[in-house]
Amino acid sequence: MSGVTTEMTMVAALNAALRRAMDEDPKVVLLGEDIGTLGGVFRVTDGLAKDFGDSRVVGTPLAEAGIVGTAVGLAMRGYRPVVEIQFDGFVYPAFDQIVTQVAKHHYRSGGRTTLPIVIRIPYGGGIGAVEHHSESPEAYFVHTPGLRTLTPADADEAYHLLRAAIACDDPVVFFEPKRRYWDRGEVDTARAVDPWTSRVVREGGDITLVAYGPMVRTCREAADALADQGVQAEVIDLRSLSPLDLDPVIASVQRTGRCVVVHEAVEIAGLGAEIAAQVQQQCFFHLEAPVTRVAGAYLPYPPSRFEKHYLPSIDRVIATVNQVMSL
Amino acid sequence: MTQGSHMRDSLGGFLPGDEPIRLLAPDGTATDHPLVPQPVDPIDDADLLRAMYRDMVLARRVDTEATALQRTGELGLWSSCLGQEAAQIGSAHAMRATDFAFPTYRESAVAWARGVDPVGLLGLYRGTTHGGWDPVEHGFGLFTIVLGSQVLHAVGYAMGIQRDGSDDAVIAYYGDGAGSEGDVHEAMVFATVEAAPVVFFCQNNGWAISEPIERQTRVPFAQRAAGYGMPAVRIDGNDVLASLAVTRWALERVRTGSGPVFIEAITYRMGAHTTSDDPTRYRPAGELEHWAGLDPIDRMERYLRSTGAADDAWFAELEAQADALGERIRAHVRGAQDPDPIEMFDHVYAEPHADVQRDRTRWESMISGGAA
Repeated sequence: MSGVTTEMTMVAALNAALRRAMDEDPKVVLLGEDIGTLGGVFRVTDGLAKDFGDSRVVGTPLAEAGIVGTAVGLAMRGYRPVVEIQFDGFVYPAFDQIVTQVAKHHYRSGGRTTLPIVIRIPYGGGIGAVEHHSESPEAYFVHTPGLRTLTPADADEAYHLLRAAIACDDPVVFFEPKRRYWDRGEVDTARAVDPWTSRVVREGGDITLVAYGPMVRTCREAADALADQGVQAEVIDLRSLSPLDLDPVIASVQRTGRCVVVHEAVEIAGLGAEIAAQVQQQCFFHLEAPVTRVAGAYLPYPPSRFEKHYLPSIDRVIATVNQVMSL
Repeated sequence: MTQGSHMRDSLGGFLPGDEPIRLLAPDGTATDHPLVPQPVDPIDDADLLRAMYRDMVLARRVDTEATALQRTGELGLWSSCLGQEAAQIGSAHAMRATDFAFPTYRESAVAWARGVDPVGLLGLYRGTTHGGWDPVEHGFGLFTIVLGSQVLHAVGYAMGIQRDGSDDAVIAYYGDGAGSEGDVHEAMVFATVEAAPVVFFCQNNGWAISEPIERQTRVPFAQRAAGYGMPAVRIDGNDVLASLAVTRWALERVRTGSGPVFIEAITYRMGAHTTSDDPTRYRPAGELEHWAGLDPIDRMERYLRSTGAADDAWFAELEAQADALGERIRAHVRGAQDPDPIEMFDHVYAEPHADVQRDRTRWESMISGGAA
């Protein structure tokens, strides 16, 4: 089913998803720093406090463990909290609550207690920010059973994945690619989406590019440039990092024989390592070249004047693809 | 006298002017307090008095049996609440059925009072479950092993109560050691800012494994409450009547929307931290003997006998009940079968998750093939 589409930014799409969820279910409550009158530092909650009141849009004390820990209690009382962590690098004070409580409570309770909590985290670099505002910590959460992890690549995906995250009875860590917040795109609110599966966003028979979040656009643009050189790259957006749906990736690599994984996070022990391991295991006799990664170097996220050299760029993706194609 | 022992006297002992509220003296006589009336009449409320005594005795029997079962290898661990029965049973009896308590792993007497079957609870220590009861059925959360985590959950739950328009209330149990955790501080910030209907019930039992309270605080814990903007009361934690009276007052106050209340119950961990601990390595000589003289159950027995609320026949009947309980616990724990190994994959998620399902399938074949 398809309805009328509206062009909007990713921020507006996220806002629309929150508004619709709050309209439909009075148990949906939002918690976070500065999410009330200000509408959040990125304005994702703009106007919601005014329309739903401050008991449903709770501007919290500046305490991330407190935000997530109280969300656990609210969920136990039957609420569906959607919490905002202001920036990726500020999630660590809440890491204990997320890993020891949010992730494990359903298991601990033998299935008796569900915690339908969404933890929204703006993540990734590329906006010229100060330290702690550009990180990609998704691997920590994917490595933690009990959590689900989603990350949208564009406005339409952002709307649907956030709606699905709020509807899910499991806790979901929802990574929002902040440098794509202001990208505009058509949002079709009536579209049916299975959020837990990856999707092919560009077809091609020569090489498979695997990406998620902010790197989907980077890979699409790299694929367009590669097409001009005569290389047809297939681009797959994982969108769900837990569960990790690699079936479309494996089907693709079995055709192309070549695979490059692209993410902003540090290469060592990042998601690309897991993807490469599974791809080589299932595509071993189809591979024409080693599975290769384009990712962050093994260093803390550098000062912003370095980031254009640090982040995977279109040029770096193209160069890596050309190298893999030459093997 | 060292600085440490001085602090110990001032916090664990009873400072002049900062006297914990006591309504039942160690010799079993009811004492008057200028601010807190006796919560019960020894004649009219004899049923309640006997019920609280019975709960303390049976909770201690659970404790004794669990320790013995650990010593014989039936349990991997046990964390005893020996000596803390009055603080726990008195406060638990102040709750309504629809109220909710969030415990650490030492609230086994509260668990008993909230109707949790000790056999289910001991599954946690036998290693058959991480939980063992339905929190909603009992209004009693699961034991929380990471210190202080549950205090934030309690506040969030209380925020939910507010949004429901209910006058239910919450007790957050924790101890002197957990009070140093940031989560407890954040919980008090959230609770006071939100005026959440929660009672912080700190059992100051003197020890956090081997660290004495002077390694956690330089002031009585109750003094911290003023910094957050909530009233605080210190009670004799070995006095079940004070625990009942003050917790009742606190719960009624928080129900009205006046914001949280802090209770510091001065008590003593008569046992080890857990069965893996050896307190002879750190406990000063004479301390255990001192607190044994303040035993919460002994003083209540004296009170029941002196007021005539219970007689020899009643005590004998209770002893028989305790013996039967012990026998039931032993039989069920010893007879408990290990779970089906594939059940370890149950309830990782509420909704199907492909990665768990894949591993479940892999392990099924390994288990059936004898490889795992």
